[in-house]
Amino acid sequence: MSIHMITMPKWGLSMEQGQVNGWLKTLGDKVAKGDEVLDVESDKIASGVECAFDGTLRRQIAQEGDTLPVGALLGVVADAEDADAEIDAAVEVFQRDFVPLSADSADAGPQPEKAQIGGRTVRYLKIGDGGTPAVLIHGFGGDLNNWLFNHADLAAHRTVYALDLPGHGESTKAVESGSADELADSVIAFLADRGVERAHLVGHSMGSLVAMTVAAKAPERVASLALISGAGLGNEINREYIEGFVAGNSRNSLKPHLTKLFADGSLVTRQLVEDIVKYKRLEGVSETLQKIASSAFKDGAQQRSYRDRVDKLAPRTLVIWGELDQIIPASHAQGLPGDIRVHVLPGKGHMVQMESASEVNRLLNDFFGA
Amino acid sequence: MARKITFSQAINEALSQEMARDESVIVMGEDNAGGAGAPGEQDAWGGVLGVTKGLYHKYPGRVLDTPISEGGFIGAAVGAAAAGMRPVAELMFIDFMGVCFDQIFNQAAKFRYMFGGNAVTPVVIRTMQGAGLRAAAQHSQMLTSLFTHVPGLKVVCPSTPYDAKGLMIQAIRDNDPVIFCEHKLLYTREGDVPEELYAIPFGEANVVREGDDATIVTYGRMVHYATDAADRLAKDGIKAEVIDLRTTSPLDEETILESAERTGRVVVVDEANPRCSVATDIAALVAQKAFHSLKAPIEIVTAPHTPTPFASVLEDLYIPSADKIAAAVKATRH
Repeated sequence: MSIHMITMPKWGLSMEQGQVNGWLKTLGDKVAKGDEVLDVESDKIASGVECAFDGTLRRQIAQEGDTLPVGALLGVVADAEDADAEIDAAVEVFQRDFVPLSADSADAGPQPEKAQIGGRTVRYLKIGDGGTPAVLIHGFGGDLNNWLFNHADLAAHRTVYALDLPGHGESTKAVESGSADELADSVIAFLADRGVERAHLVGHSMGSLVAMTVAAKAPERVASLALISGAGLGNEINREYIEGFVAGNSRNSLKPHLTKLFADGSLVTRQLVEDIVKYKRLEGVSETLQKIASSAFKDGAQQRSYRDRVDKLAPRTLVIWGELDQIIPASHAQGLPGDIRVHVLPGKGHMVQMESASEVNRLLNDFFGA
Repeated sequence: MARKITFSQAINEALSQEMARDESVIVMGEDNAGGAGAPGEQDAWGGVLGVTKGLYHKYPGRVLDTPISEGGFIGAAVGAAAAGMRPVAELMFIDFMGVCFDQIFNQAAKFRYMFGGNAVTPVVIRTMQGAGLRAAAQHSQMLTSLFTHVPGLKVVCPSTPYDAKGLMIQAIRDNDPVIFCEHKLLYTREGDVPEELYAIPFGEANVVREGDDATIVTYGRMVHYATDAADRLAKDGIKAEVIDLRTTSPLDEETILESAERTGRVVVVDEANPRCSVATDIAALVAQKAFHSLKAPIEIVTAPHTPTPFASVLEDLYIPSADKIAAAVKATRH
């Protein structure tokens, strides 16, 4: 007998509840570990809930349209031959003992903190403990929440830091030139300030360019590089996206661009768009994005490539890409020099760490080693 | 955006940050310093409900305590704006606006037009409105529509602390006269507000709930009742879109019409009296420009055509409720 509960996931620090958008499997379907069994929407994003077990979908407890707290029972996976009575008994026990986390309880988990480094505010999240730390560096216009599906999984084995680059999130908005060097210097200063001697650097998109620049400037601080949908490995970049993101200032003007971040554009929720609109309205953001874009992506082309020496920047390097990336082509993952592990995930887009979170987490954890 | 502050603190912060940024921004109104001439720090009230508290001492000489003479100081604010300042005048209750209609309607609203676009009048008039405080007929009105009617004025009605700060910053920077309507029962409402400056453009409605089954158009405090209604309707499988207008002038027609055309069912909620109101204005707009998409008559939910009653049970009945809004949405589906 093996009765497994599928429960409402917790995606990111602020998620308290999710809405069930519909089942992707019907009762009696065989399901395998990693299969998406239902769609759930949090106030940040919609995504599929993956099954963590092999078996048969025996119960659909949650119904389409239900809004349920994190941890609530959604469905049951068991062997095809398990008795209905045993399943019902297990459900009853689960429901009897289930206590939703309250929003202000101590269990709300780690929250982002702010540090003053070199006269600037840097917001960061520290989660997990021990090991060689991993430092997550978001992309152009992003923030530490771009890793909301990754923080916890990666922190199971080590300390994880996710930071807001200058000009982003809740860090100080003004930048000098906005060059990759300036952004990399801010990451090096952050590592020094937090006492991180050496770290696995994980960069998404422009964050990869920043991570490689850190490795070029301070190789002693870099245990490995993980480059996800990375800038800095070729010339092409979607000029229309960059210009549209910089110019957009309303929901309607930004949404068509934001849907390009995902292979499945329907993952872009109202709240995700609204959060970006709110970020774009902050004083100084437009000027800063303009500076960064005209430095790194001048005239719609990437200005700096580490392609020829990416294998020499760090002891080990991993490259992950979404096959259907509409921002930076996945072809940049091909033909890289030296001994670099490359994984191109089929059917996924630029935000592959969100769109295929558990796969990316698995690849990263394998890569970092125990 | 982890920091939560109240609606009233959000307005205070917007004023303070804009005063720090631009020294032509001044604040004037009654009881800013606890009564004309009262110098003591302890006495500084920051207006009748304390929204500007702290500014009197933070920006010496730039928070002016005025006599109880609305016609006088609103006129002075309009004149100061015409002469290059950016005054934010607090007119305690919108109900008192009648004594300064000439200054607002016939002066401030007309300068830009009558001087061929060469004059600007960057004045903000902050004022409290709305029922629910047991303050009776002379201190409870929703007069948004009076100002919305007049070309040359911009009219703002924020519903959340985030919007209150961003819309106040926009109001101060705007070169036209702005009537900034604050619902008294929203002052203590908390919400996430960035510490940094940001401006929310006028004429850009906020879609606070998405849905394809019906459209609820509203503004101000009623936004919260409308979302409560939408949450209840969702339990019955009805997905209602809720549009928060944020500003009634300029009006985001595009967002209203796009939604109305998609859902075909429209409910307009306005805490004001119904005749010549924002509710009837939006209903007329939809009837005229989205008529062929409508699947049912437009519903409006408003206060009745009477003054606000003082008796608390009557006042509670007088104000639209989530129940009435949900019932109106259901009525569009019969």
